[in-house]
Amino acid sequence: MVDTSGTPIIRGERLSKEVSSPEGTLTILDEVSLEVASGEAIAIVGPSGSGKSTLLGVLAGLDLPTRGRVFLAGAELTALDEDGRAAVRAAHVGFVFQNFQLLPALTALENVMLPLELAGMDDSRNRGRQLLTRVGLERRGGHYPRQLSGGEQQRVALARAFARDPDVLFADEPTGNLDRLTGEHVVELLFSLNASRHTTLVLVTHEERLAAHCHRELLLDGGRLSVAGAGAR
Amino acid sequence: MGGTWRFAARFLARDWRAGELRLLALALVIAVAAISAVGFFTQRVRLGLESQSGEVLGGDLVVLSGHPVGTELARAAHRAGLRTVRTLSFPSMAGHGNRHTLATIRAVGSAWPLKGAVGIAARPFGPVTRVRHGPRPGHAWLDPRLMSLLHLRPGDRVTVGDATLTVSRALAYEPDRSASFLSLAPHLMINLADVAKTGLVRPASRVRYRLLVAGPPAAVRSFRKAVEPHLDPATRLQDASDVRPQLAMALRRGQQFLALAALVSVILSGAAVAASSRQYMRRRLDSAAVLRCLGMPARQVAGVYAAELGAVGLLASLAGCAAGYLGQYGLSWLLGSLLGGRLPAAGWSPALPGLATGLLLLLGFAMPPLLHVSRVPPARVLRRELGTPGPPGLLTYAAAVLAVGALLWWHTAETALTLRVFGGIAGTAAALGAAGLALIGLLGRLRRGVGTSWRFGIAAIARRRGESVIQLVAFGLGIMLLLLLSLVRADLLAGWRSSVPADAPNEFLINIQKGQRQPLRSFMESRGVTRPRLYPMVRARLVAHNGTKIRPGTYRDPRARHLAEREFNLSWAARLQPGNRVVAGHWWTRADHGKPLLSVERGLAQRLGLKVGDTLRFYVAGRSLTLRIASLRKVAWDSFRVNFFTVTPPGVLAGFPATWITSFYLPPGHGQVLSDLMKRFPDVSVIDVNAILDQVRTVMQRVSMAVQYVFGFTLAAGVLVLLTSVQTTRRERLYESAILRTLGASRRTVLAGVAAEFVVLGALAGLIGGLAALAAGQLLASQLFHFAYRPDPLVPLVGIVAGAGGIGLTGVLATRSVLRQPPVTTLREHGQSP
Repeated sequence: MVDTSGTPIIRGERLSKEVSSPEGTLTILDEVSLEVASGEAIAIVGPSGSGKSTLLGVLAGLDLPTRGRVFLAGAELTALDEDGRAAVRAAHVGFVFQNFQLLPALTALENVMLPLELAGMDDSRNRGRQLLTRVGLERRGGHYPRQLSGGEQQRVALARAFARDPDVLFADEPTGNLDRLTGEHVVELLFSLNASRHTTLVLVTHEERLAAHCHRELLLDGGRLSVAGAGAR
Repeated sequence: MGGTWRFAARFLARDWRAGELRLLALALVIAVAAISAVGFFTQRVRLGLESQSGEVLGGDLVVLSGHPVGTELARAAHRAGLRTVRTLSFPSMAGHGNRHTLATIRAVGSAWPLKGAVGIAARPFGPVTRVRHGPRPGHAWLDPRLMSLLHLRPGDRVTVGDATLTVSRALAYEPDRSASFLSLAPHLMINLADVAKTGLVRPASRVRYRLLVAGPPAAVRSFRKAVEPHLDPATRLQDASDVRPQLAMALRRGQQFLALAALVSVILSGAAVAASSRQYMRRRLDSAAVLRCLGMPARQVAGVYAAELGAVGLLASLAGCAAGYLGQYGLSWLLGSLLGGRLPAAGWSPALPGLATGLLLLLGFAMPPLLHVSRVPPARVLRRELGTPGPPGLLTYAAAVLAVGALLWWHTAETALTLRVFGGIAGTAAALGAAGLALIGLLGRLRRGVGTSWRFGIAAIARRRGESVIQLVAFGLGIMLLLLLSLVRADLLAGWRSSVPADAPNEFLINIQKGQRQPLRSFMESRGVTRPRLYPMVRARLVAHNGTKIRPGTYRDPRARHLAEREFNLSWAARLQPGNRVVAGHWWTRADHGKPLLSVERGLAQRLGLKVGDTLRFYVAGRSLTLRIASLRKVAWDSFRVNFFTVTPPGVLAGFPATWITSFYLPPGHGQVLSDLMKRFPDVSVIDVNAILDQVRTVMQRVSMAVQYVFGFTLAAGVLVLLTSVQTTRRERLYESAILRTLGASRRTVLAGVAAEFVVLGALAGLIGGLAALAAGQLLASQLFHFAYRPDPLVPLVGIVAGAGGIGLTGVLATRSVLRQPPVTTLREHGQSP
């Protein structure tokens, strides 16, 4: 259910990102603007190196644009310091990454509990177990990431991402490191969790099949954003 | 806060189980073990040496007084668990038949000496036996000179006051003789029980009373602290350093060597902790980025890792202390007999500096990289190249420099030594860095002419230029220190020992009258003794400093008080004596001869607060003489040459009554020369310093041995530290070898490439480390220890061979296991945690 009537939950205004390189200044994002409504699922697609992950990082407050403003869940991320942005992330955002990004020192259950513990929740262990059950890994809670397959690791990452019922889920190539079949299972799980919890989804992918699950598809190429597929505004 | 500790405990448990922290903990354990073993062992050696130095006095501490030493003091000493014995001495005539002469009568209690031994001989200048008791009641032991003057032979009877005693032995050496070094009268030693029979000690008699005290050093120190403030003006305390400046110098130099050994351990350990913590930090970057991404504030991330590392630091430091204690125990067990019997037990006090050293090392070397972790950008979860640290930054250096500086100062308690060692290390590190950069640049040209493995090895060095320079500096410093410890140390110790040469003067003649100078010279020449140089001396009492009357009671320092009370021996000289160095002002020229100038020994000047330009007024034979201080001299008291605290230019003391003094070397077995000399010049006093020389040489020998073993421990620590630093690059090599093997390189090729890299790095480090060791040895000998040092040109060659072999072998052994792991496993793990 997409809420297009009110204030968008994500708004990026004229976002530019430039980095220095030996050849001079490199423009990765060039005056990109976009809005994402609450409950909406958007896919950002584009060729490798087009800046998709950079845009996701900027929108999630993991990185700052060189110019422009980002609003997320009512907070202007570009006006906050790093700890301020961390607080916004902790309260509103979940992440899924291509490399899973589980902490190797923690078990699967501890990884899922991590955001709950950071929020100071008391029943983090029970909640963590429920989430692991939801992703089909109730028997794997005591295993360390290196003892899990790629698909299992990504499912743990999904459980962790949904642990605090985030308003927005950012997913960066979530099936990039998985085989086709495993990837399909993960995608199914991702969209099922997303639908049941009315989470806004920002998905970065180069897989057309995955992007097709979203309400909108935006193409990032040469630092510019354009409408890419059906359903786009 | 609770969350921080919970996360830290969880990470710690997991990292510990996974062996992630072993390297860091091992580095800290080695560091603290080395430091605390050196601390424990040094403490035991020091206590042992202190107790040996007590042999000079016959006890650890002497209470000297003009009146009977109160029983209250003896009781206080007994209460403190100390042993005591009384002795007294007084001048009196000794007689045999119709011959009488003035002697110093020494009466000793039955427990005398509490420490050390007395040297006695069956006949004058005969073979010496060391015994640990004085004469029995009814017996007397006499100076050979006294026996000669009274025509006494062993078994004869000698009278002292109303008592008649049997002469049973000739006195060759007394432990506490130095107190009466310049007393002119020869000694006659009796048992304290015979004093009453002589009828000579009465209330108004001129008697010097002594209470000798011995026991555990801590008890002696607290006894001294308790009684010193309450002593009356006629009573003072004396310990070994007051008595024999030569012995004090030998002990101080020994302690400097030991301090140097401890410092080397500190520096080597710092390098290991820095390397392993930097490696550990690199592997925490991804986790830190995920934590930041999930919303953990930077401060909490820092807190989590600081708590984890702090806990490791504490545990490893505790383990290091225990290992150090055990290490020194074995060492002391091995060395006990070499150091002359059992060493005193170590206290727990060196554990505290050990613990604190571990934590300080951690703070200085490991915390800066951890702060870097806490500031890792959360966007690293998207792009792994973000937040990867370059070479160590200014903060790392500043913190490490501060930590090393603090530790150096703390362990040496000497600002000058700290600054020198510190400057030396900083300079060496900079020179090694510059040389490393230049050599790595040159290596690039060699790449074309070598095989695949060597090309790969050399390319690896050049590719990681920054890392390679850091490794070169660390290895080079390590090799420099190891060479300094092994080769250069032996040369330094040999140089130190030769500062008291085998033919150092062992006999002193004093009280030579003006008219005896030429006959004495002729006598010596006729007996084949080198023509001795005679030095004049005039007895003088210091009465005023810059016009202000000297009042000994105003000096707080008891030694200064004693110096102000005693008579000075003023001498004159045109040229500066060998072993003397002017440290302030100027030595006089011929034009200054006859001018009322004075050169003062630096130590005396410091104690009495004298400086160049000050005036001193002396009373000499009832006349007043005012002299202006023209220079301060540093005197090598351990040279055993005749030296004076105060010297004037020639001509100043011309009109005053003077006697002359000389010293010469008399080879063993020439005792007859002394007997004949005493018959020919009966009023000349002979002082035999063979025993003192032997003591100094023994102390030097034992200190050298102790230092060698302490250095041996540091050497072992250095080798382990080297291993640690090679181990830290294991993961990078793991990844590289996986890539190479994936591309089709054989295990042999990969291993040969790794070997080539380490051999080349080791050879470069060995070359610059060897050259640096020679320079450091030269600097230490000339600036710190003040003796001649002949550098061995083979040292850099040894450095190259040892560096190439040691680092090459260590590198290959540490990396060999890398090749056993399938490349796919490595690549998969590397993808998760580099």
